Amino acid sequence: MEKSNTQKVQSPVGESKPRIDAFEKVCGAALYADDIQFGNKLLHARIKRSPYPHASIKKIDTSRARALPGVKAIVTGEDFPGFIGLYLKDRHFFCRDRVRYVGDPVAGVAAISEEIAEKAVDLIEVEYEVLEPVLDPEYGASPQAPLIHPDLHKYVVANFIFPQPGSNISNHFKMRKGNVETVWKNCKAIIERKYCIPHIQHVPIEPHVAIAKVDESGEVTLWDSSQSPFAQRDLIAETLGITQSKMRVIAPLVGGGFGSKAGVSMESLAVAIATKVKGYPVKLRLTREEEFYTAFVRQGLVAYFKMGCDESGKILAMENTFYWDGGAYTEYGVNITRAAGYSCTGPYEVPNVKADSYCVYTNHPVGGPMRGFGMPELHAGLEQCIDELALKMGMDTVEFRHRNCLKEGSILPTGGKMHPTGLSECLEKTAEAIDWGKKALSSAPNKRRGKGIALMWKAPAMPGNAGSSALVELAEDGMLTLGVGCQDIGQGAFTVAAQMAAATFGVPYESVRLATPVDTRYSPYEWQTVASRITWSTGNAIIKAAQDARKQVLDLIAEAWNENPEDLDIVNGNVVSYKSEREIHVKDFAVKGLPKPDGKGWMGGPIIGRGSFMPTDVTGLDAETGQGEHAVVHFTTGAQAVDLEVDLNTGKVEILKAVAAFDVGKAINPDLVKAQMEGGLVQGISSALFECLQLKDGYVQNPSFVDYRIATSADIPRSMQTIIVEVPQEDGPWGARGIGEHSMVPTIPAIANAIYDAIGIRFEGPPFTAEKIYLAMLEAGIIKE
Amino acid sequence: MAFHEIVVTVNRNREQLAVPSNMTLMRMLREVLALTGTKNGCSAGECGACTVLMNGEPVNSCMVLAAECDGAEIITVEGLAGDKQLDPIQDAIIQAGGVQCGFCTPGVLISSRALLNRNPDPSEDEIKEALVGNLCRCTGYARIIEAVKEAAKIEKEKV
Repeated sequence: MEKSNTQKVQSPVGESKPRIDAFEKVCGAALYADDIQFGNKLLHARIKRSPYPHASIKKIDTSRARALPGVKAIVTGEDFPGFIGLYLKDRHFFCRDRVRYVGDPVAGVAAISEEIAEKAVDLIEVEYEVLEPVLDPEYGASPQAPLIHPDLHKYVVANFIFPQPGSNISNHFKMRKGNVETVWKNCKAIIERKYCIPHIQHVPIEPHVAIAKVDESGEVTLWDSSQSPFAQRDLIAETLGITQSKMRVIAPLVGGGFGSKAGVSMESLAVAIATKVKGYPVKLRLTREEEFYTAFVRQGLVAYFKMGCDESGKILAMENTFYWDGGAYTEYGVNITRAAGYSCTGPYEVPNVKADSYCVYTNHPVGGPMRGFGMPELHAGLEQCIDELALKMGMDTVEFRHRNCLKEGSILPTGGKMHPTGLSECLEKTAEAIDWGKKALSSAPNKRRGKGIALMWKAPAMPGNAGSSALVELAEDGMLTLGVGCQDIGQGAFTVAAQMAAATFGVPYESVRLATPVDTRYSPYEWQTVASRITWSTGNAIIKAAQDARKQVLDLIAEAWNENPEDLDIVNGNVVSYKSEREIHVKDFAVKGLPKPDGKGWMGGPIIGRGSFMPTDVTGLDAETGQGEHAVVHFTTGAQAVDLEVDLNTGKVEILKAVAAFDVGKAINPDLVKAQMEGGLVQGISSALFECLQLKDGYVQNPSFVDYRIATSADIPRSMQTIIVEVPQEDGPWGARGIGEHSMVPTIPAIANAIYDAIGIRFEGPPFTAEKIYLAMLEAGIIKE
Repeated sequence: MAFHEIVVTVNRNREQLAVPSNMTLMRMLREVLALTGTKNGCSAGECGACTVLMNGEPVNSCMVLAAECDGAEIITVEGLAGDKQLDPIQDAIIQAGGVQCGFCTPGVLISSRALLNRNPDPSEDEIKEALVGNLCRCTGYARIIEAVKEAAKIEKEKV
């Protein structure tokens, strides 16, 4: 029998389904961690923080604070000797002997109100001996710099991170490929440049919040705004000295993450305080000011690039040195510097590479993962050098990129071969959409117009064995309940998860609901919602879980109907036989099974499918050369271009049009993919034009929305065009790979290249503020005062 | 702490409350009335996540004292929808894909509602200006702006 009754059924995959969480979000019903009601027993926590960038703690006196009525608990570093950290265990919950950045937690208070907790914090007296701070990563990496972590050699560290004991270098990634030294003389053109990328902040609109409760038996429950409930369970439990199963993390919707709510940061403080007031929930909520200087920040970068090409414009060599301003603790940041190391060439085939990527401790805020994980910072300079090299050769920059960019089979900097990729297609389509090669006229005599383009690549940076899992269960009404441990942080993970489960099992998208909030006690394991890995990794687990449930259904019905499972299908929730043309809805047997054909007893039972996925083929890289077979699971590639105007009277940049094209393998939900491309583009524009955490002597000067400006509705391009390219990923669900982070990777250099095209000026780093551009134009003689 | 007796209408319900002098409208909504749809993003009047309508005007509820609300009429995101029907701006923002993490969404919806109430046919620049105090870190704003245009169109057709 032909699949006549099924041909009209559209797979939910590849359709722009509305978000599964949209309704609750527009009604104000969506629950975030700060919205959970805990009743009168709730205590409020505040943190005593270091006023110095670097100092040793001589004495802490909490007696006056303890005497304040309403104060229920005070903890200090004394109480918690354990270390914590994702890749390098270099942090305590609270400082013990020294403070390493302004804002470092020294003591924590729980009280019956925020006001009393705040007052108690003021009453804690701490005696410090101020130490010389390290405020520059290049200096920090030098032998002259004072040591920030003298015990670095004792810290527990992942086997792919290489700290240099006796220095402030917490990771040194090395790449030695070919022979750079002998090749420079063969180069027709060489570009050497230095770029400095400032610290920025993620600025989720929802500040960090965590509520912790420890019961009498010592079991810990943590409710928080989290991208990483399972990693938090694992790491916090280990540091507390309890087993993982005694720690439960419940993670409702996340009001924006961008990496800042990955791993463990302030959550551990709430847990630590709660251990001293058993039975009481303790809430810690960062103020917006704290959010700016005590939550993870994007690491600063000082980057040196040298690159050369031959007569034909083929890149022969790159020599890149990165000094990352990792901040006071680099437990997470070390892996950013590793990712930047193995991705150091950008998406180009380069036969000779020498690269050193140093993660350097400084007395700055703690660097951590942020959308792009080192790639926006690295590409910011690299993609400008590519432009300069092309122009020096008298070549068109798009043509130059075409010639050198990675294609399927190209040799990667780490040694393996590039998988199928739509990078060239992204470049072509982006160039076409921005009318590359056609010089557009300025809109007014006081404006200069320019275009710029940039490419990117990025792999999920994670341990090779980062796992995902999923559960699929049928309910009485035929609805499919999908359990996942990934988080929806706005990117649409739950929607895409539902689409994939529906498509695999054979029910409409509307028949899937998510078993949320994620709760480590009930939800299937997920490493972390980071690295743009969820659609790919969790997706693979969901397919397996839905296939498992589907097989249980088909086997049951085949037995009941005395047919072959191969002749059966599930379409729109109906099990159909292409042979007998019989049909039964899943709700008719989902939970209670079916009577046996002979009427004696029952068959079947509750249907529950499970699936798990973990990459198995990622190999390590040689510590001396950075070479290895299969460094990462895959790379998403893409391109962006902008057409902009610089106002000669003010220096202000206006982006007229911005184009983005990314190879996502397969768009499971095209609208959500485009939404990621737009949102990332605007965040990238914001980082290019406005954003900089201004650090002076270790102090953040602009910890508020007034002084730290992010893009508003008035700052977006006049038009945005997003282009989906689909060259399938062999091991991706329906061929999909990630897109969330990639969308802000090439934005800074695309804008920088366009500014150069407009006014002929390059800057050492963003943000390209009106003031900076105006002064540079004055200096260059483009304008007069 | 002194307490103030106030009578305030919130989402068409009349509430009689005793509020402390230093309590903001935002805290009153979230903590006293458990209307947690109104979000706290900065407590400093800078992000717009806590925007509500006060006597028809959009205000940052973290910048208004509860005691000032005596006799006032407040509409929060929970009060936008009718009994069985979403407000056109709620529908439009879903259709346009203008929701991501959803944390700015309540404030965005309220500011948009206020705009459409005072200007049923706003230009793109007027929409951008009306939303300039509502920070969104996820969407890049374009789909939100589309949603306001669409809602305006739908409401015009209804009239």
